[in-house]
Amino acid sequence: MITNMVTALNNALDLCLEENSKAIILGEDVGKDGGVFRVTDGLFDKYGPNRVIDTPLAESSIIGTSIGMALSGMHPFPEIQFAGFSYLAFNQLAAHAARYRSRTRGNIKIPMVLRMPVSGGVKTLEHHSESPEALFSHIGGLVVMEPSNPYDAKGMLIKASHMDDPVIFLEPTKLYRLFKQEVPEGMYEVPAGKANLVNEGDDFTIITYGTMVRPAQEVVKENNLSADILDLRTINPLDESAILSSVRKTGRALVLHEAPLSFGAGAEIAARIGEKSLYDLKSPVMRLGGFSFPYPFSGDEDYWVPNKNRILYSIKKLMNS
Amino acid sequence: MIKEVFNGSIKNMQIMDEDGNIDNSLFPKDLDSKKLIELYKFMNLGRAVSNKLLALQRLGKVATFAPLNGEEAVQAGSAYAAEESDFIVPTFRNHLPFIIRGVPLENLFIAVKGYEEAYSSVLQKHLTPEVIAVGSQYTQAAGIAFSMKYQKYKNAVIVYGGDGSTSEGDFYEAMNFAGVFNLPIIFIIENNEWAISVPRSKQTASKTLAQKAVAAGLDAIQVDGNDVIAVYKATKDALDSVKNSGKPFVIEALTYRMGMHTTSDDPTKYRPESEVDPWKPKDPILRLRKYLASNKLWNDSMEEDMQNQNKSLIDNATAKVNEAKANPKAMFDNVYSFMPETLKEEEDEALKNNFWQ
Repeated sequence: MITNMVTALNNALDLCLEENSKAIILGEDVGKDGGVFRVTDGLFDKYGPNRVIDTPLAESSIIGTSIGMALSGMHPFPEIQFAGFSYLAFNQLAAHAARYRSRTRGNIKIPMVLRMPVSGGVKTLEHHSESPEALFSHIGGLVVMEPSNPYDAKGMLIKASHMDDPVIFLEPTKLYRLFKQEVPEGMYEVPAGKANLVNEGDDFTIITYGTMVRPAQEVVKENNLSADILDLRTINPLDESAILSSVRKTGRALVLHEAPLSFGAGAEIAARIGEKSLYDLKSPVMRLGGFSFPYPFSGDEDYWVPNKNRILYSIKKLMNS
Repeated sequence: MIKEVFNGSIKNMQIMDEDGNIDNSLFPKDLDSKKLIELYKFMNLGRAVSNKLLALQRLGKVATFAPLNGEEAVQAGSAYAAEESDFIVPTFRNHLPFIIRGVPLENLFIAVKGYEEAYSSVLQKHLTPEVIAVGSQYTQAAGIAFSMKYQKYKNAVIVYGGDGSTSEGDFYEAMNFAGVFNLPIIFIIENNEWAISVPRSKQTASKTLAQKAVAAGLDAIQVDGNDVIAVYKATKDALDSVKNSGKPFVIEALTYRMGMHTTSDDPTKYRPESEVDPWKPKDPILRLRKYLASNKLWNDSMEEDMQNQNKSLIDNATAKVNEAKANPKAMFDNVYSFMPETLKEEEDEALKNNFWQ
């Protein structure tokens, strides 16, 4: 089927609920309304109010109760309506979901797929455009995924549903309906922790994910550049070997994400390249991200999110240093 | 026009007074003498364990620890009232539910020494580890209760928390969630009057903690938390109710923290001894002993036998905790369901270069 990311995710959730009777969806407005982006559309009618559950408006309890469900035999798929509201549940994620397995030496597991829309570019209100992947990755114990296209979105969500781990599944709102792609009808998995080489070339490597994959591809194509573009897909744990193998080939690396530059995932990736491949490099590793302050009001967002001009500028800086 | 649209009230229950006298009209019928003696023994063992861990901490043999002294009736009366299939979510002071559930004593000791092995079989006992992050246990417990109901199990969930924890947002969120989905859960508020150095009066302007349940549409009762019979009855009745589709329940048990918050603080710094003194004759163990003795169910030689037995159990656990060693490799094995390459590399580097020797 040719479909956008919303429909691919909806289809994946449908298959997950069909496959596992202990799987449920819970969150704000996920029921009759089908979620504010309609990712859960139709699932309430198909599976009923016991499996597609409208919760009270309280994020900490959405995650806290999901943890309780997960440790007692269920496989919850909580939705936080926007990643900017996940901070209310941060304690449950950092203090509990991330560490139940380690604090019980594996006795208690938290199989849970926490979905939330991330990133901007769609003119929303404040707090609706956050990119918190580095916050969640830094904790350890949480798998952090972010797809960049409909095919990956479905396969990664299905993979997440088969894992015995808490998975933070970040869905870029801008990509929900941006483009369509051929997506298989049935079950398939996209592996966790494996980056995808979406463009092959010789001169430099762009390491990116989520909303920045497509503009990176466009800049490379429009300017006839020869570059590897690596779509990480899973941010934690990082596919370090894919990163290093590309950088060793090209000798130049640009790490690109929408999240603020400072202390972002890019810093982690740049540091790993520096530690392990310094002598393969022809120039210092470059980073490009949103500016190092919180996401602005929507009227200013186009000046904050890295655009193609800034990507091209960073590539030139990379090639000329 | 103004009309009243809601009013609520909270009742307080005491069955056994400070002298061990009983209100027979409330005495739970299933609590026979065998069970009462068992409860008495559990409460004593709990206090002996608490005293021993305190001593071991002072010797530097175990780490920071929250003593339960004075609060034995709340913990024993409630955990004992539960079926083994009922889930218990304890907090950092709730050592008695572990003992009553049959978790080996050495596991408790090992937890206090700081090794995760302590909790490596809790799920099979329908327990979670002791929750340290105050208040966060409530929403998880509500999730477990949801899970029990969803999976059509006939069991309920008991979650503990202190007076301070009722100020946390998760307490309200959990009661609210439990109310909306009418979950089989009992919140036991072990109101020991102190949250480290902050008294109950500065925690909330609410007259009782139990009444916080009323706003969420839950049932609630306040009990004398040093009266193990009242705690047992309140819990048993609440369990019967929630298992038969009754509203979720909040039980506020009034007790007193006789010692420090944990081994890291000195209560004389923030509360006068004169406040502690009136609680001494209310001691929950003493009270039950008076009742048992006056009913010829207990005597000095039984007391001596029990103390000896407790000592041998505790000595055995102490020997085991002294032998317990860290297992740093196990830390790496239990982060994810799989071993990420980057984590494996950190572990390999540590192993190859003897970081842990």
